[in-house]
Amino acid sequence: MLNIIYAVATLGLLGLCFGLLLAYASKIFAVETDERLPLVVEALPGANCGGCGYPGCSGYAAAVVKGEAPINACAAGGNACAAKIAEILGVKAEEVEPMMACVRCRGGANAKKKYEYMGISDCLAASKVASGPLECSYGCLGLGTCVQACPYDAIEIVNGVALVHADKCVGCKKCVAACPRHIIELIPRNADVRVACSSHEKGAALRQICNIGCIGCKLCEKACEFDAIHVQDNLASIDFSKCTHCGKCALACPRKLIINASEITSEVSQKMA
Amino acid sequence: MSLTQIFSLAISAILIENFIFVKFLGCCPFLGVSKKIDTALGMGLAVMFVMTVASAVTYLVNTYILMKFDLEYMQTIAFILIIAALVQFVEMVLMKMVPALYQALGIYLPLITTNCAVLGVAILNVEKGFNFIGAVCYGLFAAMGFTLAIVLFASVRERLEFADFPKCFEGFPIALVTASLLAMAFMGFQGLKLPF
Repeated sequence: MLNIIYAVATLGLLGLCFGLLLAYASKIFAVETDERLPLVVEALPGANCGGCGYPGCSGYAAAVVKGEAPINACAAGGNACAAKIAEILGVKAEEVEPMMACVRCRGGANAKKKYEYMGISDCLAASKVASGPLECSYGCLGLGTCVQACPYDAIEIVNGVALVHADKCVGCKKCVAACPRHIIELIPRNADVRVACSSHEKGAALRQICNIGCIGCKLCEKACEFDAIHVQDNLASIDFSKCTHCGKCALACPRKLIINASEITSEVSQKMA
Repeated sequence: MSLTQIFSLAISAILIENFIFVKFLGCCPFLGVSKKIDTALGMGLAVMFVMTVASAVTYLVNTYILMKFDLEYMQTIAFILIIAALVQFVEMVLMKMVPALYQALGIYLPLITTNCAVLGVAILNVEKGFNFIGAVCYGLFAAMGFTLAIVLFASVRERLEFADFPKCFEGFPIALVTASLLAMAFMGFQGLKLPF
């Protein structure tokens, strides 16, 4: 019995001694950290997506507290997060237009295939095999590289084409970097109208390889009253600084490839049904 | 302990029975922190401090507390407690004095606590029955051997960046091959017979 008491007491006393010594040492060797740093880290969404350009949320928080980074750089946190950080640091935040990703292609089943691809299920791999399995060298391959890249699970492959869910996308730009064909772009979140094609092929050639691609007919450009849509290099593009989302170009398009955001949700719900 | 005995102990601990290349203790920081010579040297110095002070304190605790109360079976846990406290202390000092080294060592600094080299030297001191001076010297020399090994390895690894070897060996595989070659080289010291 005495042995047990000795053992417990020895270890207990040793532990206590070292604990006290360490506590004393921590007072002497204390390092000063900015107390706002943990507050900023907590205000951030904590996804470590890197969209701000800094290594993870703690990297961005350190830069913000030092005053090197803009307060509104966090796309995932958005304006709410920027406001919180501004409050912690005691400065004013500017509002940034919230952006989201959009895949500029609706080919999928509509696009003609060059060959049957049976390799690794990855768009980058497929695009290296004889310029991809689609006749159109700009189209979405639908193999899901962007789906893997998205840390918010916001992209889904519907009818062979990638589709971004607006409610989950925060605009971190990971998919933009991942797409080997560079057809995902960032558009304002409230943009209702977008051109769902990235192909620069000439009209006649494009009709052969895709049922739905842009042929550069310029009917949309003529229909627009605000000079917001232009056809350059056989492809229509919307200038979102001028676009008022009136939808006249969508009505004018003979190929029906200028779509509204509501069309996308209905397409998704059709797939779910 | 006479000076010749201490000298023999040094040769033995650093070369003949090198902790990394012969005893294979403490390989984790050896492989993990040896990409650059500066970090390797910093790690070596940190381990030197921990091993020396750990040898001293563990000897004292062992002789005057554990053996007094017939508590030898508690050596492992008591030694680990002492080593953990020491490493915490080293961490605090480094964070305050040399923050660059602290960042460079990263996770490998608290890993010195679980490093079998430090616990190994404490237990070897008990097994070999050294007195206080012997224990402290053995701890110091063993750590010097560790530092020698890690700095040698880091020097080779820095040059490996520019070497031309098969792609499948990149990273860890070629490091392990290098380590084994160094271990074979140190086998050359096995023949040394010392009067200790």
